[in-house]
Amino acid sequence: MSNEGRHVVIPGQILGETPALRPGRGTFVENKKILAERLGVLNIQENFVHIIPLKGRYEPVVGDFVIGVVEEASTSNWMVDINAPYPALLHVHEVPWEIEFADTEKYLNTGDTILAKVLSVDESKKLQITLNDRNLFKLKGGHLIEFEPSVYRRIIGKKYSMIEIIQKYTRCRIKVGKNGRIWIDGDADGIEKVLSAISMIEREAITFGLTDRIEEFLKKDAKDVR
Amino acid sequence: MKSDIELINSEGRRTDGRSPHDLRKIKIEAGVLHRADGSCSLEWGGNKVLVAVYGPREAVPRHVQNPLKAIVQARYNMAAFSVEDRKRPGPDRRSVEISKVISEALEKVILTEQFPRASIDVNIEVLDAEAGTRCAGLTAAGVALVDAGIPMRDIPVACAAGKINGKVVLDLGKEEDNFGDADLPIAISPRTGEVLLLQMDGHLTLDEFNEAFDLAVKGCHTVSEIQKKAIMQKYQSAAAEVQE
Repeated sequence: MSNEGRHVVIPGQILGETPALRPGRGTFVENKKILAERLGVLNIQENFVHIIPLKGRYEPVVGDFVIGVVEEASTSNWMVDINAPYPALLHVHEVPWEIEFADTEKYLNTGDTILAKVLSVDESKKLQITLNDRNLFKLKGGHLIEFEPSVYRRIIGKKYSMIEIIQKYTRCRIKVGKNGRIWIDGDADGIEKVLSAISMIEREAITFGLTDRIEEFLKKDAKDVR
Repeated sequence: MKSDIELINSEGRRTDGRSPHDLRKIKIEAGVLHRADGSCSLEWGGNKVLVAVYGPREAVPRHVQNPLKAIVQARYNMAAFSVEDRKRPGPDRRSVEISKVISEALEKVILTEQFPRASIDVNIEVLDAEAGTRCAGLTAAGVALVDAGIPMRDIPVACAAGKINGKVVLDLGKEEDNFGDADLPIAISPRTGEVLLLQMDGHLTLDEFNEAFDLAVKGCHTVSEIQKKAIMQKYQSAAAEVQE
């Protein structure tokens, strides 16, 4: 397997000039030159220069599925930590339950884990999330682990291929949030295997043929178990 | 301080055997801490510096938040055992000043507009000191910020020049700093050549200043290459590991 075409770029590196190429995510323009603004992998698609970040905090985008941990319950809303630079607000109108005034703690309390969707991000980065959608719910039991948010796409894989493989071989229930959190429920051996698979993906995120190697790795272990 | 120590001999060699335009040995490693979002350990001659970057995260207390951009809070701290006589722990006049100038230098390269109300915390811990710790700290902070994946216009870099026994030299060592005539630490953005930090201790004539400034800029560019190499080494090795 080769790493050709996978160029690691660092901030301030010149990537091209504007008339020929156009600046995309993770880049900025100065004197008609496109420059990298962060550490990442170069990706040029249809004349657009993008940088896929290698490290960094989760940046919330409207519509993202995230796993949040409730920090505080107030009379008409909850503050939820979604691993972003800012806490997110969950209003009582954005949950599927009928809640009487000041009864919020009965439904969600500090420490509870929820699978939510980012509802809005405003100018000053004030965040709102919602539970009002199908397949959004409170996660009961299970384990919560964190990963580098930039490798989200690799953990999911092309058309969910990676995550399906992991689920198939470990028989765990897995929910992946775009904010760098994974919720796993299953037996201890399964969880152990998911953990090692995730750390392997994180470590080898910028290489090709990763899905095949993960399958190989899980298959080898599966034989011992069965 | 006047003294008759010969800091530079008749052959143009300095006390540690360097010629006037030589840097001390520099070793940089990125991503050395697990808890921090980004980190860097740096050895520059006898200096050892450890930098941890946290953030962007919500700035607390609330009144320090800027609704338009992120604030950069660098904290320079010397360990009690970093100097020969024990350094009394805690912030003092010197470290508060250095923290401030480094914060301001970093703020100029970080794209702070992307994170309103947030704070980016840079902890610079000096473990071993041998002249030029603010330059070492800032250089390491640059690498740690890249390692944290924080958007920046450029990687900041710092280097000092000075005057010993009437001669302008690059990167002062401990004796040269203590018994020399002047010290001129600068930090630049290597891509544009913009000056991010400039301080001076001692006396220089205008000509000497210009010579020292140019020399320090040159030194910065050399250090910048070492920084970039260190970052690339860390992140390209992830690809190489699997290829074996």
